Amino acid sequence: MRYSGFRVIKEALTGHKGWTPAWRDPEPQSAYDIVIIGGGGHGLATAYYLAKKYGEKKIAVLEKGWIGGGNVGRNTTIIRSNYLLDGNEPFYEMSLKLWEGLEQDFNYNAMISQRGILNLIHTDAQRDAFTRRGNAMILNGADAVMLSTDQIKAEYPFLNVNDARFPIKGGLAQRRGGTVRHDAVAWGYARGADSRGVDIIQNCEVTGFRIEQGACVGVETSRGFIGAKKVGAAVAGSSGRLMAKAGMRLPIESHVLQAFVSEGLKPLLPGVITFGAGHFYCSQSDKGGLVFGGDIDGYNSYAQRGNLPVVEDVCEGGMAILPAIGRARLLRMWGGIMDMSMDGSPIIDKTHIDGLYFNGGWCYGGFKATPASGLCFAHLLATDTPHEVATAYRFDRFQRGYMIDEKGMGAQPNLH
Amino acid sequence: MIINHPLLGPRDAQEFTYLGDAALINRPDWQAEDAAEQFYAYQYLRDNPAGEHRELWFHEGGDRSWLVVTRNTVTHEISNVELARDVARSQGRSK
Ligand SMILES: Cc1cc2nc3c(=O)[nH]c(=O)nc-3n(C[C@H](O)[C@H](O)[C@H](O)COP(=O)(O)OP(=O)(O)OC[C@H]3O[C@@H](n4cnc5c(N)ncnc54)[C@H](O)[C@@H]3O)c2cc1C
Repeated sequence: MRYSGFRVIKEALTGHKGWTPAWRDPEPQSAYDIVIIGGGGHGLATAYYLAKKYGEKKIAVLEKGWIGGGNVGRNTTIIRSNYLLDGNEPFYEMSLKLWEGLEQDFNYNAMISQRGILNLIHTDAQRDAFTRRGNAMILNGADAVMLSTDQIKAEYPFLNVNDARFPIKGGLAQRRGGTVRHDAVAWGYARGADSRGVDIIQNCEVTGFRIEQGACVGVETSRGFIGAKKVGAAVAGSSGRLMAKAGMRLPIESHVLQAFVSEGLKPLLPGVITFGAGHFYCSQSDKGGLVFGGDIDGYNSYAQRGNLPVVEDVCEGGMAILPAIGRARLLRMWGGIMDMSMDGSPIIDKTHIDGLYFNGGWCYGGFKATPASGLCFAHLLATDTPHEVATAYRFDRFQRGYMIDEKGMGAQPNLH
Repeated sequence: MIINHPLLGPRDAQEFTYLGDAALINRPDWQAEDAAEQFYAYQYLRDNPAGEHRELWFHEGGDRSWLVVTRNTVTHEISNVELARDVARSQGRSK
């Protein structure tokens, strides 16, 4: 069923009896051409592009819980392409372009809102670094503009420009950045994939790989063995424990990142602001809630909940830059498990096992990557060659010395 | 989280900074035939288990000792805390 304004009116006039479930709930078949593990944004997008763009048949997505229950439904929904390094920027810019056409492409309202993102500047050194980043963005076809303190004051009157420690001295803005309704991304890709014949199988946990003579021939699951010519893993924070079942050790640690939502307020923030110096970033949802967060907790965790010191740190950052936040009540807070890689950048690559492919290492920034990650992983699975914007995302870059370390932190995942 | 320091007693985890897997104590032999391969694995690859994890914490805001903390990454429960130097010595790392 195609969704449209006309359809909404028709259903309204006929008692809403014509709506059907957005995707089926099929039983797993005994074998598929391609099995994707993980029904998060990346896994569902991969299946969607495999079916739509690469014409693959017989695809399944296996999800241990329900689709959208992982990070795709836990993130703070920010999309942007404000990266510095060559290995990253073309990939993220392609992703942003895909976001721009996504709702028409998969015929689903994902509430994509290009309300802009603003990185605040407090020192000369930061201004130099952001100017360089803005230039790198422009060279890669993205948009970037430096704002003065006065421009920021006019656009964001509630920010504290005169903080004693971190006065606002300007900002790097990307107008095409913004926010998206995150669950709708999972649902839209799921619906688009399902309508092209992809089996989305929920409550189906992959518990092992069947590897014969160096090749992966299928997966063991909580619902029995499922054969596959190719298996692609896209399980984000669970990457380490899943790939261990194939005997692999990854350049990844799992860490917890927390997020917070306040009660609904009148319009306060027109776009996304990031206050990196204070470990705080914030946007306002369409319902009015302030959606904010800060740094990862900093120790290995699979707990999907964090600890209070980070809550305090995030709230201090919020009070410093947006003092009005002190009057808002917190509605919800939660945590998600980040697949923190050793250089802060992702991996989309074959493994050393034939037929087994890996997508992960997205750190705290994989939501914005969802469309490009799905497309590039689909490209790799379908053609056995990396997509041209993902050629740097190889496993062997650590061994060969080709790290993509945006922050220059080295192999210390809790600092990326 | 409260880390029960072997010398100082229970301390808030906030006083510490976190390095990672305690396997980082076992620095490879730089003269080994396959030293480059070993250092790659040492520096970049991790077991990253869901469950019990032995890890290095540095008491930066305290006595500046390194500790090996055994902590469950699913529940955050800490079951054992040792001085890293005791662990390293018991593995023959130093005289
Ligand atoms: C608090 C928070 C804020 C964030 N904010 C942003 C942001 O503002 N912008 C941004 O770009 N990114 C952000 N991120 C990061 C982003 O959410 C993730 O990088 C991205 O969602 C990961 O890809 P995914 O959607 O495929 O992951 P997930 O949705 O986690 O999908 C992985 C799926 O795999 C399933 N799975 C795991 N193991 C198995 C198994 N053995 N068998 C079957 N299925 C399995 C899981 O159940 C899960 O559904 C944030 C993350 C968090 C937690």
